[in-house]
Amino acid sequence: MRYAETGFNLEVDLTRGNIEKVATDPRDTALYLGGLGTNAKILWDRVGPEVTPFSPENLLIFSAGLLCGTPATGCNRTILSTISPQTELMAFSMMGGFWAPELKYAGYDKVILRGKSEKLVYLWIHNDTVEIRDASHLAGKGAIETVEEIRKELKQPKAQVAAIGLAGENRVYYASVEQGRSSASRGGIGAVMGDKRVKAIAVRGTKDINLADPEKFISLCTEVLDYIKWREDNPIKGVMTILQGLGSPQEMKVHDEKWHTENFMWGNSRTRRKGFWNEEIEEAWTDTLEGARTRLISCFNCPMKCGATISMPGLPTYMMKCFTKLTYTMAAYSDLDFGLRIAQKATEYGLDGFSTPQVMAFALELLEAGILKPEDFPGLPESNEDRFFYLLDMIVNREGIGDVLAKGTYWAAKEIGNGAEEYAHNTIKKHEQLPLKLSMLNPIYFLMYSVGEKINITQIEGQFPQAPFPKREHREKFCEDWIQVPHEKFKQYFIDWELRGENSIPYYPTVEMTCDIVEWQEMMHYIDDALGQCAGLSSFPLKPPYHIHNYPKFISAGAGIDMDEEKLSDAAKRYRTLVRAVNIRRGMRRQDDRPPENHWKKRFPELEEKLLDGYYQLKGWNKEGIPTKEALEKMGLDYVAEDFLQRGILTEDETADVQTETQTQ
Amino acid sequence: MAGKTKEKKIVKTIKIDVDKCNGCRACEVICSAFHASPKYSSNNPARSRIRIIREPLRDIYVPVYAGEYTMAECAGRDKYTIDGKEYDECSFCRASCPSREEFKEPDSGLPLKCDMCEGEDEPLCVKWCLVDALTLEEREEEVEEQEEMEDLEIGLESLADKFGMQTIMDALARMSKDDKSKK
Repeated sequence: MRYAETGFNLEVDLTRGNIEKVATDPRDTALYLGGLGTNAKILWDRVGPEVTPFSPENLLIFSAGLLCGTPATGCNRTILSTISPQTELMAFSMMGGFWAPELKYAGYDKVILRGKSEKLVYLWIHNDTVEIRDASHLAGKGAIETVEEIRKELKQPKAQVAAIGLAGENRVYYASVEQGRSSASRGGIGAVMGDKRVKAIAVRGTKDINLADPEKFISLCTEVLDYIKWREDNPIKGVMTILQGLGSPQEMKVHDEKWHTENFMWGNSRTRRKGFWNEEIEEAWTDTLEGARTRLISCFNCPMKCGATISMPGLPTYMMKCFTKLTYTMAAYSDLDFGLRIAQKATEYGLDGFSTPQVMAFALELLEAGILKPEDFPGLPESNEDRFFYLLDMIVNREGIGDVLAKGTYWAAKEIGNGAEEYAHNTIKKHEQLPLKLSMLNPIYFLMYSVGEKINITQIEGQFPQAPFPKREHREKFCEDWIQVPHEKFKQYFIDWELRGENSIPYYPTVEMTCDIVEWQEMMHYIDDALGQCAGLSSFPLKPPYHIHNYPKFISAGAGIDMDEEKLSDAAKRYRTLVRAVNIRRGMRRQDDRPPENHWKKRFPELEEKLLDGYYQLKGWNKEGIPTKEALEKMGLDYVAEDFLQRGILTEDETADVQTETQTQ
Repeated sequence: MAGKTKEKKIVKTIKIDVDKCNGCRACEVICSAFHASPKYSSNNPARSRIRIIREPLRDIYVPVYAGEYTMAECAGRDKYTIDGKEYDECSFCRASCPSREEFKEPDSGLPLKCDMCEGEDEPLCVKWCLVDALTLEEREEEVEEQEEMEDLEIGLESLADKFGMQTIMDALARMSKDDKSKK
């Protein structure tokens, strides 16, 4: 018997309309756990570097995490992996909600889509019955609308449905996959789904998920629940409100947006508006949110209420979470009322709330700069708000200039030329980032932005405070119950960290400490993504209930895999390296590991190089960021080393370090 | 054996606050895990004795507990509108009933019924509901103690319900005859 996982994947060949239930190898679970880990293995094995995002050979994998569907609180994430049209690298966006556990209850760990359907279809998975069904009547429908229609049509109100909107159908490079209150937004996964002509995947399951050591597992769950209760009653002092508790930043709950509106950039990640926030605005925005918000809601089996149902007067209800609350508002220099209205439309279209507003603000900047001409925007309305609605429609329908903008700022700028590249200034690896522009380089953040292959800062940060507390005694106090650290040294790193003087940024934490800190934070995210655990109870907030000390016990008791901290760290390192390998094989190198040029005003090129060197060394990568043969073999990734040698990415006779050092000199 | 005297009895009430429900279904998870055999060895919300009727777009969240099994569905059905929200037919009904799939084992179709997690300090759905949509209240009540029915009687009564008393008696007569003839 398989525990925690079902041991079966669904292989769907859309070109032929063939569906197979395939048993998986339990040895892969031990090596790569599940979710992101096993997704990376499948992509490495089956999607070569020659496969383009919109080729039928590209795979689109919907995976439940290893512990999804078990009683582990907050373990509900679906990890979607494919080759991204925007970055042309491995995308592994994730969504919470209810879909992954339902897939497990239906008897599957993953749905692997390959090929392309001729006409628009949707997939209906009901335990052992799996059908590819016609979706032509759903063409052009909103993502939320589609969910409701499919449930009605199947007479299955309990089916969980992940769907794309018109943006995905039209292959907008930053189209999302929407699923009730959650979405997999980053990397343009919705565009790949649209390219495969799959409108939605609906799932209903009524089977059991088994546990290897039931009593032990439930006692671990009870400990986690008790800790959550305690932690919610004891918010962390000395950090900003949204970082004090657990969960995603509680954007749907809070009204005080001084910090975001005055520290994040407005427009095309351009303008910082210090002094923006005042009583009048707070009152108006509070009214807007209170009037629109019906209820704070949760994902499957989680007490955190990170999302909300939003009903703007005269508009259909939708669900929202986190920072999308402000991205449209701030890109358009508008107010919350506008932000919540346009987000309704964007959610039905199925679009990423980070990239979309920036693309629209970028287009308007180009118009202002004369790089795009008024004739590129026929019938452009007067007000900024109306212009954003206008652009949203142009992009999603790929009309006129919208067809170019649908590729995101990087590719659009390239195509537009004439100096437009300067305006696509906020991307990493061709992907739009949070609108932040700061002054002094922070070594930890430099490294996280540079090497985070999820290409989103929130998907690598967490665990370690973003800044030192002003007083040493407060830092010491913070460390008193900091049980989550993998090693005591992290406490000392933090205690010695000062706001000013010798022990302050950019030279403190030192290169070595910074690498340790980043490796720890990154590892926790990778573990979450394999288990299907939401970062909001684990890798994202400070002092979370899940950590490196209790995770091995969860995996042992849940999946019946003999696990300890060392083995778990090794596994996480193994599939993290595999993700790197997929991208290296697609041409990614050291030069791609960098934040936007203007992210900080004060840059330290020499230090930055040392940070990259230090991190690469810690990971067993050479100067180009390529995992070395020795490191690969040590991790049991001999097949990767072989492939690299065959392709000439690594050479046999010299160690990789020496070879690339001579190259870079 | 005891006569019909007044006895004190603890009445347990699960208070359900639908306004506090976040729709996460943790109650369904732990309920089905607790009632798995061996305990906690598996979980499956489709076996749970509590269900969340959950329609986020209409802001409908109703935790419902499995009550009595009923052989036949009601002659008519109820549909409530509360505070402008229309609830589906039978939303508040606890019965395991032919009209719907709730509260039946998914494989066998056997009815499920909430037992308040016998042997635990409190029902586990309450324990796992950190948002306090489900809370437990206990109070003492004086009740007239009734003579308890024997297990056998309960079983026979339900059989009689299902097949009719005459059929049961016929069957018993036949069985006892068979039994004698074997000897």
